[in-house]
Amino acid sequence: MEALEDVVKEGVDAETVEAVKGVAGKYKYGFATDIETEYAPLGLNEDIVRLISSKNDEPEWLLEWRLDAYRRWLKLDEPDWAMVNYPKIDFQNIYYYAQPVSMKEKPKSLDEVDPKLLETYAKLGIPLREQALLAGVEMPEGERKVAVDAVFDSVSVGTTFKEELGRAGVIFCSFSEAVKDHPELVRKYLGTVVPSTDNYYATLNSAVFSDGSFVFIPEGVKCPMELSTYFRINAENTGQFERTLIIAEKGAQVSYLEGCTAPQRDTNQLHAAVVEIILLEDADVKYSTVQNWYPGDENGVGGIYNFVTKRADCRGDRSKIMWTQVETGSAITWKYPSCILRGDDSQGEFYSIAIANNYQQADTGTKMIHLGKRTKSRIVSKGISAGHAQNTYRGLVTMHPKATGSRNYTQCDSLLIGNKCGAHTVPYIEVKNNSSRVEHEATTSKVDDDQLFYCLQRGVGEEEAIALIVNGFVKEVLQSLPMEFAMEAQKLVAISLEGSVG
Amino acid sequence: MALAANKVEATEALIAAYPAPEGEGKWSRDARARALETLRQSGAPVRRDEYWKFTNPARLLEPVKSATIMETDEAPVFDGVDKLLVVFVDGVLRADLSDDLTMEGVEIETLATAMSKDIHWVGDVYGVLEANGQKPVPRPFAALNTAVATEGLVIRVTGKATKPIAFRYLRSGLDADVMVHTVIKLEKGADLTLLENGSGAARFNSSLEVEIADGAAFHHVRTQGRDHARLAATHIFARLGKESRFKSFTLTVNGALTRNEAVLEFTGDDAFATISGASAGDGAYHHDDTVFVTHNALNCESRQVFKKVLRNGATGVFQGKILVYAHAQKTDGYQIAQGLMLDEDCTFLAKPELEIYADDVICSHGSTCGAVDEAAIFYLTSRGVPKAVAQDMLVLAFMDQAIEEIEDEALAEEIRTRLGDWMERHRG
Repeated sequence: MEALEDVVKEGVDAETVEAVKGVAGKYKYGFATDIETEYAPLGLNEDIVRLISSKNDEPEWLLEWRLDAYRRWLKLDEPDWAMVNYPKIDFQNIYYYAQPVSMKEKPKSLDEVDPKLLETYAKLGIPLREQALLAGVEMPEGERKVAVDAVFDSVSVGTTFKEELGRAGVIFCSFSEAVKDHPELVRKYLGTVVPSTDNYYATLNSAVFSDGSFVFIPEGVKCPMELSTYFRINAENTGQFERTLIIAEKGAQVSYLEGCTAPQRDTNQLHAAVVEIILLEDADVKYSTVQNWYPGDENGVGGIYNFVTKRADCRGDRSKIMWTQVETGSAITWKYPSCILRGDDSQGEFYSIAIANNYQQADTGTKMIHLGKRTKSRIVSKGISAGHAQNTYRGLVTMHPKATGSRNYTQCDSLLIGNKCGAHTVPYIEVKNNSSRVEHEATTSKVDDDQLFYCLQRGVGEEEAIALIVNGFVKEVLQSLPMEFAMEAQKLVAISLEGSVG
Repeated sequence: MALAANKVEATEALIAAYPAPEGEGKWSRDARARALETLRQSGAPVRRDEYWKFTNPARLLEPVKSATIMETDEAPVFDGVDKLLVVFVDGVLRADLSDDLTMEGVEIETLATAMSKDIHWVGDVYGVLEANGQKPVPRPFAALNTAVATEGLVIRVTGKATKPIAFRYLRSGLDADVMVHTVIKLEKGADLTLLENGSGAARFNSSLEVEIADGAAFHHVRTQGRDHARLAATHIFARLGKESRFKSFTLTVNGALTRNEAVLEFTGDDAFATISGASAGDGAYHHDDTVFVTHNALNCESRQVFKKVLRNGATGVFQGKILVYAHAQKTDGYQIAQGLMLDEDCTFLAKPELEIYADDVICSHGSTCGAVDEAAIFYLTSRGVPKAVAQDMLVLAFMDQAIEEIEDEALAEEIRTRLGDWMERHRG
C-alpha cells in the first residue's frame, strides 16, 4: 500500500495539491465572477428553443429535434416518486441561456478567452491551459496529462490539448463544435441512449441544452490522456443544461472526469444535464464525477437542484463501462447513472459516494439492465447522512430472460451521523432467468463508537475523527477514482461533513 | 388528489359486489364507514400503483371464477396436533364441524355476535389496526374486508392458552368467494398459537388483526395450498406492546395468485417480531409477500425471512420495508428474501426497502436469486444420490432458514414434511 501512496503524492502536480489544500475552507467555490453576461429572455417557449439553436448555428434537423422534445415536455408531468421535497420549480422563471459577452465571438485560441474566465477556473484549481504552461514547469516524461473542456454557464469556453488528441484521432470538443464539425456523428448517436422522450428532465434538456462536451474515440485507440470537463454555473437564476455525448468505437478506451461547482446564492438553481455514452465491441469507458455544486447553506437556503440523466449503452460485446461518482454538493440530487448491458459479456460498474449534510437531499443510484448473455454488473454505493439531510439509494437490477449466465452484485451501505437525518434504500430486483445470479446486500448503521473512541483517545478531534472514519467507510469507492480526483474527493468528504458533529 | 374517473368506477363496482351488512351495533357501523371512506380515497388498486408494480391486481378484482380443488389423500396439515379446531366452510363458521369454542384463558366469540352489540372491546381493535396500516401505502383489499366481512372470530386471550387454535378453511363449491376477518387481543403476559390451513376458496380475502399487549406472545403458522387456481389477498396487522413477541410463518404452495401482506408496528420497547415465509410454485403460480415493519419504539428487533422456490415459469415477489423513526434507537432490523429458480423461465422480483431516521440502529437486508448450485448437485450425485433427490435435499435445506423461524419444533417438522412431499410430487 505504501507504494500506492507514494504514487498519489508524486503523480499529482504541485498545483493540484495546492488546489486541494485550498479546498479546506467552507464551500470554496461559492464566489461569483463578475462577468458581463448575455441572457436569453426569461422563461421558456418555442422561441427560446429557436434562439438557443440559432445561437449555436445549428442545422435544421437539430432544431426540429429540440422542438419535438419541447412539445413533448409540455405534456409531461414532473416526477414525484423520489424521496425529495422541494418547492415546485417555476420553469418560466429561469434563464435558459446565459453566455459571457466576451464569448459572443468564439475565441480562436485560449489566449483570446476573457482573462476573468480563466481566472475563475484558476480559482477552481483547474489547469485550463496546458498544465505545464500554467504551472510553469516542464512535465516529466510519461506524466499523465488531463485534457479539459470547461463549460461556463451555458457555453464551452475552451478545450485544451486538442492537437495532441487530434494526432491520436480522438475528438474532444464542445458539443456545439461537434455539431458543426462532425454532424454525421452527432446525428447518428444523439438521443439513441437517452431518447428525447426519456423522462421529464431529459426531455427538457433535449429542448434547451446549450452546450456540453463531445468525445469520439476511434477504433482501437486508447485515449492518450484523461479527458475532463468542468461545469460552472455563474449567472444567477440560470439553468444549466449541458449534454455530453461519448462514443467509444471498437476497442477504444477512455477515462473521463467531470467536476461541477456553482456560486453561493440564496436562490435555487436548476441543473438538468444528460450524458450519453455509446460503447461498441471491447470498448472501455470510465466516467468519474465529483459533483460539488453549491449545496445551500446550513439552513437549507439556496443550492443547486441537480436533476441528471446519465446512461451508458454497452452495445458491443465485451464492452465495459464504469461509473464512479462522488456526490457532495447540490441541495437536491436526482441522479441515476445507468448501464444497458446489451452486448454479450459486457460489464457495468457503479461506485458511488453520496454525502448529504445540513438540509441536502439526495436520491441517487443506478440501473443495471442486463440484456446480453454473461453480462456482469457490480454496484457499490455508500451513502452518508448528517444534519437534517435525507439520503436515498434507489437502484434497479434487471435480468432479462435472454441474459443467461449473468451476474450482479450490489452492496449499499448507509451511515447516519445524528438522529435528525435519514438514510433510505429502495432497490428493485427483477430476475427473469435462472442461470443468472443476483446478490444484494445493504446495511445501515452509525459511526462505530469503538472506532471513534480509539481516535479521540489518541487526541484526534471529534470532527476529524468522523471524517477519518467516513473516509474509511467510502474507501472502496475512492479507490476506483483516478488519483487526482481521489485526493480531492477525500478532502471533500471532510468538508461536506463539517458542522455535522455536536 | 382526486381519483381518476375509471378508478372511482372500479372502486364502486368492488364495493357493490358485496352486500352491505345490516342491523349491526354502533362500533361496527362506525368501523365499516371508516373503512369505506378509506377505500374510496385510495381506490381499487391498479397495476400502475407503485405498490402493485410486481403483482397485477386485476384478477383479484374480476368477478370470481370457479377454481378447481385438487383431490389428495393427504391428511390435512396439523391433523396430529392437539388443538382447538375451528372449521369454516366457504368462509362460514360451522359449529357442527368445529370443537367447542371454550378454552381456559381464552374468550372466543363469532364476529357476527360481537358486531350485533353497540359496545364491545373489539371496537378498539377491529378496523383500527387496519386503518393504521393504510399509511403510507393504501391496502384497499384490507379496507374492503373491514367494510364488508361478517365471518370470523373475535378472540381475547387473558392467559397462556393450553393448546393452539386452528382454523381450517374448507370449500364446498368451486366458486366460493370468501371474506374472513379475525381479531385477536392478547392481554398482558398472554400467549397464543394460531394455526391456519385449508383450501379456502376460489377467492380468499382474509384479514387478521392482532393486538399484543406488554409481555404477551403470539405465534402464527399458516399453510396455503392444494387448490392451484386459488386467488388470495390476505393481511396481517399486528401492534406490539412492550417486551411482546410476535412470530408468523406462512407456507404457500400452488395458488394462481397469492398476495400476503403483513403490517407490523412496534409501539412498546424491547419487543421482538419475526415474519417469515416459504413458498413453492410450479407453473402458472404467482406469489407475493409484502411486508411493512414500523419501528416506533426503543430497542426492538424485527426479522423478515422469505424463501421462494420457483419452477416452470412460476413468479415469486417480495416487497419488504423496514421503517425506523428517529426515536426508535437501538433498533435491530433484518430482512432477507431469496429466490431459487429450478427452471429457466421463472421470475423473481424483489424490492427490499429501508427507510431509516434513527442513527443508532443496525439494519440490514439481503436478497439473492439464482439456480441450484451445480457443484452441490455434483457432490451429492457423485456419492450415489439420484439427481432429483439431491435437488430436493438442496431445496429443503434452502427453505429451512425460513422454517427455522417457527418456534414450535413439532410444527416446523410438520411444515418440512409437507414441503418435502410437495417437492416430490413436483419433480422434473
